[in-house]
Amino acid sequence: MSITSAPEQKGFIASASNYLDERTSISGAVKEFGRKIFPDHWSFLLGEVALYSFVIILLSGSFLTFFFQASMTPVEYAGSYVPLRGVEMSAAMSSTLDISFDIRGGLLMRQIHHWAALLFVAAIGLHMLRVFFTGAFRKPRELNWAIGFVLFVLAMAEGFTGYSLPDDLLSGNGLRIIDGMMNAVPVVGTWITFLLFGGEFPGNDIVGRLYTLHILLLPAMVLIFIVLHLMFVVIHKHTQYPGPGKTEQNVVGYPVLPVYAAKAGGFFFLVFGVIALIAATVTINPIWNYGPYDPSPVSAGTQPDWYIGFADGALRLMPPGLETVWLGYTWSWNILIPILVLVVFLLLTFIYPYVEAWVTGDKREHHLLDRPRNAPVRTAFGAAGVTFYAVLWAAASSDIIATHFKVTMEGVINTLQALLILGPIVAFMVTKRVCLALQKKDREMVLHGFETGRIVRLPGGEFVEVHEQLDEYTRWQLVSFNDNAPLQLKPNPVGKITASARFRVAMSRFFFEDRIAPVSPKEYQAALEHSSH
Amino acid sequence: MNRQTRKSGRRSPVASVALLLVGLFATGGAYAAFTATTASASVDLSSPEVINQGQKLFAANCATCHGQQAQGTQNGPSLIGVGAASVDFQVGTGRMPMQASGPQAPSKPVQFEDSQIKALAAYVASLAPGPAIPSESQISGGDVAAGGELFRINCAMCHNVAGAGGALTEGKYAPVLKGVAPVHVYEAMLTGPQNMPAFNDLNLSPEDKKNIIAYLQYNEQNPSAGGLELGSLGPVSEGLFLWIFGLGGIVALTVWITAKSN
Repeated sequence: MSITSAPEQKGFIASASNYLDERTSISGAVKEFGRKIFPDHWSFLLGEVALYSFVIILLSGSFLTFFFQASMTPVEYAGSYVPLRGVEMSAAMSSTLDISFDIRGGLLMRQIHHWAALLFVAAIGLHMLRVFFTGAFRKPRELNWAIGFVLFVLAMAEGFTGYSLPDDLLSGNGLRIIDGMMNAVPVVGTWITFLLFGGEFPGNDIVGRLYTLHILLLPAMVLIFIVLHLMFVVIHKHTQYPGPGKTEQNVVGYPVLPVYAAKAGGFFFLVFGVIALIAATVTINPIWNYGPYDPSPVSAGTQPDWYIGFADGALRLMPPGLETVWLGYTWSWNILIPILVLVVFLLLTFIYPYVEAWVTGDKREHHLLDRPRNAPVRTAFGAAGVTFYAVLWAAASSDIIATHFKVTMEGVINTLQALLILGPIVAFMVTKRVCLALQKKDREMVLHGFETGRIVRLPGGEFVEVHEQLDEYTRWQLVSFNDNAPLQLKPNPVGKITASARFRVAMSRFFFEDRIAPVSPKEYQAALEHSSH
Repeated sequence: MNRQTRKSGRRSPVASVALLLVGLFATGGAYAAFTATTASASVDLSSPEVINQGQKLFAANCATCHGQQAQGTQNGPSLIGVGAASVDFQVGTGRMPMQASGPQAPSKPVQFEDSQIKALAAYVASLAPGPAIPSESQISGGDVAAGGELFRINCAMCHNVAGAGGALTEGKYAPVLKGVAPVHVYEAMLTGPQNMPAFNDLNLSPEDKKNIIAYLQYNEQNPSAGGLELGSLGPVSEGLFLWIFGLGGIVALTVWITAKSN
């Protein structure tokens, strides 16, 4: 980039670019980044949806901060919503009502902010599922999985702190549950809640403190982790689905400039449009119905936003009465066990890439994605996890399921309790079998071609259906995948077989014992010769 | 084929349709007027003929479960002392006569005319003193803001802050309050039907009841400022909407964006 530009340059853009480049040497970065290739697949855009939702949340949230007062000072509401006029409430609630009823565009902004928040977490969830089921978390991307996981947790924290800010009945009820969960922590629980709430719940401090977390600390952390996440995407290059011409060494797709920049830029506006459309037509969190927070009432159908639902469900599914008094403390197992279950579940999600890497002993880099069927045990684990989460999630709406499907609340809870244990096991087994069956079908198609539906009668009177060979592009997709065989038990250099080696081999057998090997060229040749006879 | 001559007057092809419409409107209107007059006709609940008519209706429709003298049987509670308000609520919302035994009698299409309901109420009220049907002045003109606060404290636990209903134990439920007549809301608070606790006048004064009714009426007449209410069920329906329509729509868009052009 040291070539001196011709002195007689014309045009504003050319001279402006030159001006910038001479002072920043940016052309190198533009050239490098502009030629960055991204593969084209719908599922690769889910992370982008999350990113765009975050941008929309930042924009609409900034608007809301202009008018929101994060204070619990009691005021008498005097705005234009009649059923609350003259009611005493906190300044936070009163200013949220003003945003909703008296500030031009305020309600739309509030609804955009809240709908975008729901979409943010949902898009992260779907993106995580895509990454999990295609094995995109494998080396070298394990760290990026961890960063993404942190983002998921941060997003939930952002959501929850935001849900608690308006100081309406629903948000207060949510905080009361958090207060109860912290109180259940042995020995230090009470101290922690007094620290957080500045005294006995609800106190006068919590809204201000959550506000600082919600608009300063958490967004800053989300932003930092998004930057890290995207930097890794650039450093690692994007993964791609297996296909003809796609290898571990290349990326097949379109460059950022001009194609991807245009597509992604346009897509931002599409996402914004969808959110704006929903926000303009569908109510979300009508705080005016809930009224100001008062510790005594709890409305029927009180639920957290969807992404905290699984935690609420865990509490609801816990059988009652599990409490012991020990050392002068009450140990509330009915709260501690659900917390523990959630923490373990999240931890398993977090460490899965490392577990799989250890079990397979695979040290290679993987830039080609797996088709979910080609990793049956991983896919089955994923299905089990989704089932577990879904049952907890459904449990959070147990009362609404009961009223709307005209069944008893106890029936719903007991069914879900059973499903929470049995569902993941059944899902695991069924998914693994389905994956193996699909692999068998692929194998069959490669070796014997596909059924054409053309029935031919042979001279001997026999009817046969004509099979036709796959074209080589399709065949390539069906035969080129990673085949992990179970590890063999081998002594270490000192000649000993350690317990961890035994465990690892047992795990490896669990993962890869049932497997369908990809068709080898030899098998394919043999099948071809056989069919040509 | 070419009968292009315009037919007008009573020979016009639309004449029969118009006639049909006129006929339908006339009969429908007459029926509406007739039923309206019976509904608005005030029934004197203390007159012996009305009580007598009520007793006959009671014997024919209610006595199987509640007993010939309304003294109660194994299948139904005693109605002595429940008052006219209770009868007007249970029969007036279609809950009684009960269709099938279950955790709770659901409201269903009303089975009696208003005069018959009043007659039944008069008969039951004649057995022993009990809460009376509230008058028009008791159920109109309350303070919306005060009613809202009372509603959130006393009613929202079961009926939901927006009156969208909620679940109780063992298949029982607090019904949706949308579309319930003010007089029935008042009677329900007063008598505590089915699984609902009674809110007597010491608990919720007549003024409080009036305010709660005013709040419910306000909500019914003023739909959400934010747009579609999604059943006012709170975060569950919002979450479902987002996953199905929000994320569903966006995934459809991602597919569209990355589709290969033909």
